Parts: sequence; C-alpha cells; structure tokens
Amino acid sequence: MTKAALFRFLFIVLISFSFSNGFTQIEVCKTCPIKTIKEGIKQAKPHQKVIIKAGVYKEHMLIIDKPLTLITTEKATIDGENQGDIIQIFADSVTIDGFQIIHVGSSHTTDYSAIRVDKAAHFLIQNLELRKIFFGVMLAKAKHGTITNIKVYGDAVQQHNSGNAIHLWHSHHILIDKNELYKSRDGIYLEFSDDCIISNNISRENIRYGLHFMFSNRDEYRNNTFENNGAGVAVMFSKKITMIDNHFQYNWGSASYGLLLKEINDAEIIGNTFQENTIGINVEGSNRINYKNNDFRSNGWAIKVNGACYNNVFIQNNFLYNSFDVSYNSKMNNNSFNENFWSGYTGYDLDKDGLGDIPYRPVKLFSYVVNRTPNTIILMRSLFVDIIDFSESVSPAFTPDNLMDERPLMKQVK
Amino acid sequence: MLKILKYSFFDLIRSRWSYVYLAFYLLLGFVLLFLNNDLSKAVITLMNVIIILVPLIGTIFGVMYYYSSKEFTELLLAQPIKRSSIFIGQYLGVALSLVMSLVIGLGLPFILYGLFESAAIWDFSLLLVTGAMLTLIFTALAFNIALYNENKIKGFSYAILLWLFLAVIYDGLFLLSLILFEEYPLDKFTLIATVFNPIDLSRILILLKLDISALLGYTGAIFNQFFGTSLGLISALGMLTLWVILPVWNIKSKAQKKDF
Repeated sequence: MTKAALFRFLFIVLISFSFSNGFTQIEVCKTCPIKTIKEGIKQAKPHQKVIIKAGVYKEHMLIIDKPLTLITTEKATIDGENQGDIIQIFADSVTIDGFQIIHVGSSHTTDYSAIRVDKAAHFLIQNLELRKIFFGVMLAKAKHGTITNIKVYGDAVQQHNSGNAIHLWHSHHILIDKNELYKSRDGIYLEFSDDCIISNNISRENIRYGLHFMFSNRDEYRNNTFENNGAGVAVMFSKKITMIDNHFQYNWGSASYGLLLKEINDAEIIGNTFQENTIGINVEGSNRINYKNNDFRSNGWAIKVNGACYNNVFIQNNFLYNSFDVSYNSKMNNNSFNENFWSGYTGYDLDKDGLGDIPYRPVKLFSYVVNRTPNTIILMRSLFVDIIDFSESVSPAFTPDNLMDERPLMKQVK
Repeated sequence: MLKILKYSFFDLIRSRWSYVYLAFYLLLGFVLLFLNNDLSKAVITLMNVIIILVPLIGTIFGVMYYYSSKEFTELLLAQPIKRSSIFIGQYLGVALSLVMSLVIGLGLPFILYGLFESAAIWDFSLLLVTGAMLTLIFTALAFNIALYNENKIKGFSYAILLWLFLAVIYDGLFLLSLILFEEYPLDKFTLIATVFNPIDLSRILILLKLDISALLGYTGAIFNQFFGTSLGLISALGMLTLWVILPVWNIKSKAQKKDF
C-alpha cells in the first residue's frame, strides 16, 4: 500500500469510528427509556457518549469504570443529597462536562468529594459548577489530566470540618486552568504531585490557603489571582516551583500573608504582584530562590525573612509604600538585594546612570526590634521610632550591615 | 467667666495666628486630598500630623497667650471677679479657638471631598475628637507651666520640654523598658504605659480603627480586645478627659493661691 492510500484508509476508519460513536450515544432524561445517570453509565460501551438532559438527578456513587464521556449541554444538576462521593472515576480517558453538582455531605473520617479520580489518566473535567461541597475534585494517583473552567462555591467556616476545592494527591502532569474557587479550606491543594501546571485561576475567600503545595516538585503556577484568603499561597517542602505573573492581594489579617515559603529550594518567583497583604512573602529555610520583577505594594511587611535562607537573589523588584520593606531576625546575611526600586530611597544619582549613588538599607531598626520583642510593635508610627530608624540607617549597629542595595534603581521597573 | 471666655476667644479669633493656624490645616487637608483621593489613607497621614503637631501648637499657644495677656490679667484681678473664672475663662478661650481652627481647617476639605458618603467618617470623627482632646490637654498643661514660672524663657523651655518628653522621650523609655523586660509578660504593662501618655493613647486609638491594626499582631489583638469594646473606648476617652480635668483643676487651685 502506498503512503497516500494508508492515510486515506486511516481517514475513513476515523470518520466511520466517530460516526458510529455519534449515532450510538446514550441519552438520559426524565422521559427517556433511561431515566438515571447510573443506568446510562451501566449501558454505555467504552468510548461512548452519555448525554444528560436538563433536570435534577438525585444520585450519588456514580462509578465510571470504562472510558466514556458524561456530558450535559443543558446544565443538568446532580444532587448527592449529602450521601458521600458523587462521581468516582476509575478508568482512563473519561470526560465530565457541563454539570452542576451539589450536596456532597461531609464526614470526619472519609474525604467525600463531588468528583473523585482514582488511578486514572487522560481525564478531562470541565465546565462544572460545584456547590455545597466537602471536597470538590479529588485526584488520587491520577496523571495527565485536565481540570478547566470549573467553579467551586464552598461554605467552609472552620478548617477541621471542611475540604479543599481541588485536591491532588500523588498525581502528576495535571493541568488546572481557568477555574474559580471560593470559600473552601484550600483553593487548590497539591501533595506529592509533580509537574503540574496551574494557570489563570481565581482563588478567593478560602479559609486556609488559596493554593497549597506539600512535597510537590517541578510545578508551575502562573497568572492566578489569590485574594482575601486566610493566606494566599503556601509552598512547603517542595523543589523547583515556578511562580510567574500571579496576583497576591488583600490577604489581610493578623496572621495572614500573600506567599509563604517554607523549606523551598531552587524556585523562580518572577513578575508577581503583592498588594495589601499583612506580610507579602514570609520566607523560612529557603535557598537559591530568584526574585525578579515583582511588585510589592502597600504591604505591612513586603518580605519577612525568618532565618536559614541562603543564596537568594532579589533583583529588579519594586518595593512601594510598604510599612516594612524587609525584616530580618539575625545579623547574618548572604542574600543579595541589588538593583531594586525602593519607594523609601532618598539618595541621589549624580552620574545619571539610573542607579542611586549611595546604598539603601531596607532593614529598619524598628523591624529588628519588633522581631526581638513583638510587644514593641505598639510604638509603630511614633516619632521616636522614626528618629531611631533614621539614626540606624546612617550607621547600622543592630541590623545586618552588609544587607543593602548597593545599586538602588532611581526609577520603577516597568 | 463666660464674658472672659468670650473676650479671650474673640481676641484670639481676631489675631493673625489663629488665621495662620486655620490656613495651615486647610492647606494640609486640601493638599493631602488633592495628592491622594483616598479618604482613609489621608486619615493615616493626618494622624501622624495630629499627634505631633497639635500638642506642640497647644503648648506653645497656651504659654504664649498667658504671658502676652499677663498685664490684662493683672488689670482684671483688680476687678471684683472670681480668680477661677478669669483663668478658666482665658484657658477655655485659647483652647476652644484652637479646637475650632482644627475642626474647621480639617473638616472643610474633607466634607468637600465627600466625607459624608465615605466609610471613613467614623475614623475621621475619632481623629477630630482626639485632636480636640489633645489641644485641651496641652493648653491646660501649658497654662500650668506658665502659672508656676514668672520667667518667660523658663516657662517656654519647660513647655517645649514637656512636649518633647510626651511625644518622643516617653516612647523611648517605653521601648527601652519593653526590651529590658522582654522575658516577662508585658501585655498589661504595655496597655497601662500607653494609657498614661495622652499622645500614645490617641495614636493607638486611631491606629486600631484603621486597616493598619492588622500589623499590630498579637499585641494589637489584646489592645483591640480592650479598646474594641464600647467600654474600652469609653474608658480611653475617659482617661483623656481625666488628662484635661486634672490640669484644669490645678490651674484653678494654683490661681487661687498665687501671689500676683
């Protein structure tokens, strides 16, 4: 057979295959022969399409153990009546599309979820609306899947009896894109999950974290917005995480922060905006991290370094109107803070090379004192504090004397 | 007393300095709001001004007025008027004209920029109330100093020293004691030390009302627990009132005994 003939043959096979699929799809509705989704799934052959018509289906424990597509174009509702897991996926190549899923029901011993994917690959979960959930989408040992365009509206009040909107456990190569996650415990939670991409999501008003990494490596998140969460994003015990162009904003409260880094190595933090968080970035035990082109705007503390942080590079960031730019709790420093723009910089640039001629010291004496004796924060904005800050900036005695920006920028980084 | 109050008040209102003071606040208010239209941010900046400048101006004006109207006071003393009404009247005249300059000077720009539709109205009124209280307190303290010192230079320097102590040195001692005794539970001590300085008390009262209170962390939470309740707010304002009443009472008793 020639090459062209082979292609023609393949083409015909493909066409007929798709047609056969199209003609043998299964319809589920209140007046159809098949009235329940469970029955529809049972009757479907592998790779068949099950179409659900409009209506409310009071079902739970829908077990999908063969590759198929479960779709509604009329926004059918699946009501779990608080009985536990609603959809369980155990097979590869499953698509769930277009539903509203409500009433998962909570438990203190089992992680009930609206959709559970267990040891499956190549799934596509999209265009869903989840309400009154415990866990939203739960992936366990899943891989190569996509979760896109789902909206999760949780009603979490306390951490111990609420679940996460999207929960990944031992999963890898997952794409989580364009989702909106409200009021769960964590917006997205990754545990032992590598090589995932999390992009264009909005995570808001979650009571713990907007996004939470645990023991997960080589993941990337970009273009997400984390707003008004207990804390924006927590990255813990993970390596090689890339964080690009995210917005961390309004995570405001006495124990809130935009981004928490704990035991993180070799990460890239580029082009993010931190606005009006109590603490922009809280760093602990994190090494070899590059902070570049980030904007820190009107935070309480822009960066709070709690020790054991080595070889980090801060370059070309904008520090704008933060109460404290950088806070350190020791005199040791081997991180570099060069070529940043600091709104508190009062130096001059005589040779007009765009770099200030005298170095800027971002650690104020008062922030050092507060770290040592937290009670002293009560003297914030007192005239005396301004005076000692000024005298310390002239000749540092308590703050790390090598912690300074030797080439502060005169203009903001665009 | 009312007649003397009225006389002092209108005398001051006609004077150049009240206008300068009023114009200063008007300018400050307008410039702040022009540079940044956000009312609540302007309140924070104003707080910094109020807790430093209002006490300073109150003390200086008080001392200055007492010394400059000394001859007139002596003339009044020759008349059949109660001593307490002469001095209290003069004190109230100075203090109220300063309060009026403050309230009009700051209130006008904020009202023009839409204070009544803004959520910042409570913060702003608290700011004005504490500003007024600080004026009353520091003018009274200034009158006390002037009554005790015939020598003008001495009086002035004591007045400045008093301001310096309460605005700067007190906080320094406060900070130092917090660091020295950091191993002890300090929550009650911070609370008490704050209450005993009217400037610190005003600063904390305003800070707690603003977003920035989240930065105060654990200590802030304790303060919020205390001042956040209506009882706490009332006791704080009561403390400020006490700071007015005690010096005024002392003015009265000292004036009664003083030999002119």
